[in-house]
Amino acid sequence: MNSINWYKYSSPATFYSLAGKMIPWFYGAAALLCLVGLYIGFFLAPTDFQQSEAYRIIFIHVPASWMSMFIYVVMAVWAAIGLAFNTRLSFMMASALAPTGAMLTFVALWTGALWGKPTWGAWWVWDARLTSELILFFLYIGFMALQAAIDDPRRADRAGALIALVGVVNVPIIYFSVRWWNTLHQGASVSVTKAPSMASIMLAGMLVMAFAVWMYAIAAALSRARSIILERERNSQWVAQLLEAKV
Amino acid sequence: MNWNSWSEFFHMGGYALYVWGSYAVTAALVVGEILLLRARRNNALKMALRTVKYGKVEKDEGNDESTI
Repeated sequence: MNSINWYKYSSPATFYSLAGKMIPWFYGAAALLCLVGLYIGFFLAPTDFQQSEAYRIIFIHVPASWMSMFIYVVMAVWAAIGLAFNTRLSFMMASALAPTGAMLTFVALWTGALWGKPTWGAWWVWDARLTSELILFFLYIGFMALQAAIDDPRRADRAGALIALVGVVNVPIIYFSVRWWNTLHQGASVSVTKAPSMASIMLAGMLVMAFAVWMYAIAAALSRARSIILERERNSQWVAQLLEAKV
Repeated sequence: MNWNSWSEFFHMGGYALYVWGSYAVTAALVVGEILLLRARRNNALKMALRTVKYGKVEKDEGNDESTI
């Protein structure tokens, strides 16, 4: 039986070169999926009988909202692994995910406001779904601000990990908010337990766009992680060897 | 096909501001993030190269995406 030595990949040096090879593929996949998704969204999906063309915001709103929650969970998992095993790459991955997560949370809020105005008549309401998503945005910002404020990277890692872990309780609150409370925001159109309540071509466009955002987020996080590794490990032997050719 | 002409497409059934406002800001943020990532990488490489050349450098200087 072949056993993969996973510990090898937890070394920043191995990860650095592996990620460097993978990033272009993830960017490529993201671009391709985005083109396909937008084509479905704008040219194949029909006009909605209630919302006319305004509903086409869904093709970024829902993927961005999903990924904003998913990235936070992944960030919390890396933080937990970092705290449990004291692996520095795990903390770097958590830090690398935060800005992309914050950006997508902002996109979810922004597109939500632009969708709310024509359909609800309000840019913003303090309903449970919107408020908990706004809290998610503040959690990302808090994570980044805290890490930036602490000079010692190892202490910054631990403090950030704590915010990531405490804040993760907010994710199920966002997800279930439309069920637990009466919200102006509609319930889930897509869930694991029941058939989706939307036309399948619209659903297809939304899912393709969700994969596009996913691939983009992986590319961006890997790219940021590589920079973090270089910033933190520039005094190490392997960086010296890696860059010797360029000196 | 949903649209009979490009102007109809851009008009978005009267929801142009909302639909294009969503897509334009998202596109700008994604492009912005990619530019920031590139700047951070160039800076990290520059600092690392300097370290390899001149030995240990204690403090980072500017142009670090995380400090914005």
